[in-house]
Amino acid sequence: MASLLEVRHLKKYFQTPSGTLHAVDDVNFAIESGETLGVVGESGCGKSTLGRTIVHLLAPTSGQIIFDGKDISSPSKKELKQLRKEMQMVFQDPFSSLNPRMTVKSIIQEAMEIHKLYGGDRRRQEQEVFKLMDTVGLAKRLADSYPHELDGGRRQRIGIARALALEPRFIVCDEPVSALDVSVQAQILNLMQDLQEEKDLTYIFITHDLSVVKHISDNICVMYLGKIVEQCSTDKLFEKQYHPYAQALLSAIPIPKVGIQRKRILLKGEITSPIDPKPCCRFVARCPHAISLCSEEEPKLLEVEEGRFVACHLQKIGRAVELTVPDADVVIINQ
Amino acid sequence: MANKHFLEIKDLSIHYKTDSGLVKAVNNLSLNLDKGESLGLVGETGAGKTTTALGIMNLIPDPPGIIASGEIFLEGENILMLNRQEMRKLRGNKISMVFQDPMTSLNPVMSVGKQIAESIQIHEKLSKVEAEKRAVDVLEMVGIPGERFNEYPHQFSGGMRQRVVIAIALACKPDLLIADEPTTALDVTIQAQVLDLISNLKREQNTSMILITHDLGVVAEVCEKVAIMYAGELVEYGTLDDIYNHTKHPYSIGLFASIPNIYSEEKRLTLIPGLMPDPTDLPEGCSFCSRCNRAVEQCKVHNPALVETDPGHFVRCIHYEEGGAL
Ligand SMILES: Nc1ncnc2c1ncn2[C@@H]1O[C@H](COP(=O)(O)OP(=O)(O)OP(=O)(O)O)[C@@H](O)[C@H]1O
Ligand SMILES: Nc1ncnc2c1ncn2[C@@H]1O[C@H](COP(=O)(O)OP(=O)(O)OP(=O)(O)O)[C@@H](O)[C@H]1O
Ligand SMILES: [Mg+2]
Ligand SMILES: [Mg+2]
Repeated sequence: MASLLEVRHLKKYFQTPSGTLHAVDDVNFAIESGETLGVVGESGCGKSTLGRTIVHLLAPTSGQIIFDGKDISSPSKKELKQLRKEMQMVFQDPFSSLNPRMTVKSIIQEAMEIHKLYGGDRRRQEQEVFKLMDTVGLAKRLADSYPHELDGGRRQRIGIARALALEPRFIVCDEPVSALDVSVQAQILNLMQDLQEEKDLTYIFITHDLSVVKHISDNICVMYLGKIVEQCSTDKLFEKQYHPYAQALLSAIPIPKVGIQRKRILLKGEITSPIDPKPCCRFVARCPHAISLCSEEEPKLLEVEEGRFVACHLQKIGRAVELTVPDADVVIINQ
Repeated sequence: MANKHFLEIKDLSIHYKTDSGLVKAVNNLSLNLDKGESLGLVGETGAGKTTTALGIMNLIPDPPGIIASGEIFLEGENILMLNRQEMRKLRGNKISMVFQDPMTSLNPVMSVGKQIAESIQIHEKLSKVEAEKRAVDVLEMVGIPGERFNEYPHQFSGGMRQRVVIAIALACKPDLLIADEPTTALDVTIQAQVLDLISNLKREQNTSMILITHDLGVVAEVCEKVAIMYAGELVEYGTLDDIYNHTKHPYSIGLFASIPNIYSEEKRLTLIPGLMPDPTDLPEGCSFCSRCNRAVEQCKVHNPALVETDPGHFVRCIHYEEGGAL
């Protein structure tokens, strides 16, 4: 089956006062229709930039984005308008992504107006807005409220309703539930799964919450400073991790229990800057297992076992399978 | 009046006047915090956590907000009686708050490094050059390379902005740190580092902390006490052990059940059916009763009191009241 979305050698660089910042640096992956790809990684590693570039809120520096068999890397104005209908984004920040001067109803309706949906009939559009509000669990009486009058959960529901308004096939969800308490989070996640089934939606799901990503994703990419360092099915990743950063990440998940003891890998060492990075492994300064090769050459993302891709030199010398971390790099958490 | 605790909130009620009615965001909330103690404040979105924090900071936007009742004592002084200038001094020196939305506290047209340096200079007599050097250290402390000193907030990722705000708050070495969702935009490894920084501050300065978060895993790591809010009220309060191992209130039980379990394979998440009642139209009885699986007829008309079921463990539920439900 052909993938719904494929990115090849995708790069997004920014110019900053001190040099070129490699926010997304040669990223490759494919997503099948109806699937969810989870994207996790260090804060600032380029997840939001990746999502924004794919939906063309940012123009890629280079590389290809192929959607539904068509190369959409540099769309014309007309193509872009069509793409907006097919690809949407739910934003990380429910505070600043909603226009404070627009009511809930007008926020959701705006895109329908721009795209003259339902023959441009405002009454029909309004009916659809109410239907959407109902779908995402917003009471009708909130139609004329302003975003600042609502709590985080309701604001995030507006963001989801707005993304659904154009009936897209593909949605980038950037931290859609991180502002929500766990019970509302459960409602939104179940809602997103229902919508996925009902409308055959495809998601990229960016989140810091690994228990959420485990719950919702079929496959996961772990990113570190602009690069994918490990990529495989969700089950495989939670079973074991081959990349040392992925190991540290999974060991740091806070567990909502009291009276347990566990080990956490501490990341020490200098932080590598994404500005004009040297051609070596970007994790080398903090990696407890680094060898000299790691500072000399950039590791490639290679398939190390069926369906698991890892970018780490230790793979090559066969050391990675059971990495044991030196005691100095482990803390015991008693809670 | 004698005050035993470092922070005492008494009978606090905060309302917002809006076109669609009076939003009763916080209702008769009482809470104590000792020196060096960390309290995790947890609850449904819209339960009034941020509003409570803003109340302690004396920063309720007026209009539309009003403090309808209550007193807040910090080291015996009722801070709601302070004038604007006194309050500003208190906020600069004694209390720091990390806001839920980092952009509210960052200046969009000033470089990130300068902003940190400025706030360091407010607290310590340092030259500009020295303060800027300290600012670089502070940036690196929260995992941001020092060479990014001259960049502006919009050039930072969400989590990087959040770290800058935390760095500024920590640089002020406050006696009371109020952190509103300080780590939601951070990955778990950086979060662990930030929590470690906060714990150091606690150890070194004996700082008290109110940590507002949805992450019950984080609370388990850094707090000693937990308060659970629902519809503007405190519904359960106690030590970590009380709340995690002897959970009593049906809402708290539902909350723990809705966390996706990292060790299991469930396809659907358990959830608490329904929504929190509209804060402009709170029910006469228990505000959780329409969603509660233990609700009885009386719950609709009787709002239970917060009762101490074990020493230090408080619950607001008819089933734990003297006499209990029939
Ligand atoms: N400026 C305001 N004007 C009107 N209503 C407001 C205002 N600020 C907050 N509210 C309302 O007060 C109630 C409590 O909001 P608050 O922000 O304190 O909740 P919260 O517990 O911090 O929620 P979250 O977890 O989503 O941040 C909500 O119903 C909210 O809509
Ligand atoms: N408009 C911009 N100008 C300059 N640099 C930028 C811009 N937007 C993002 N960056 C930089 O690109 C890198 C990646 O940022 P991005 O927002 O994609 O990270 P992220 O993985 O989403 O992080 P978080 O988890 O904190 O949201 C960061 O170093 C950030 O500072
Ligand atoms: Mg982001
Ligand atoms: Mg809040």
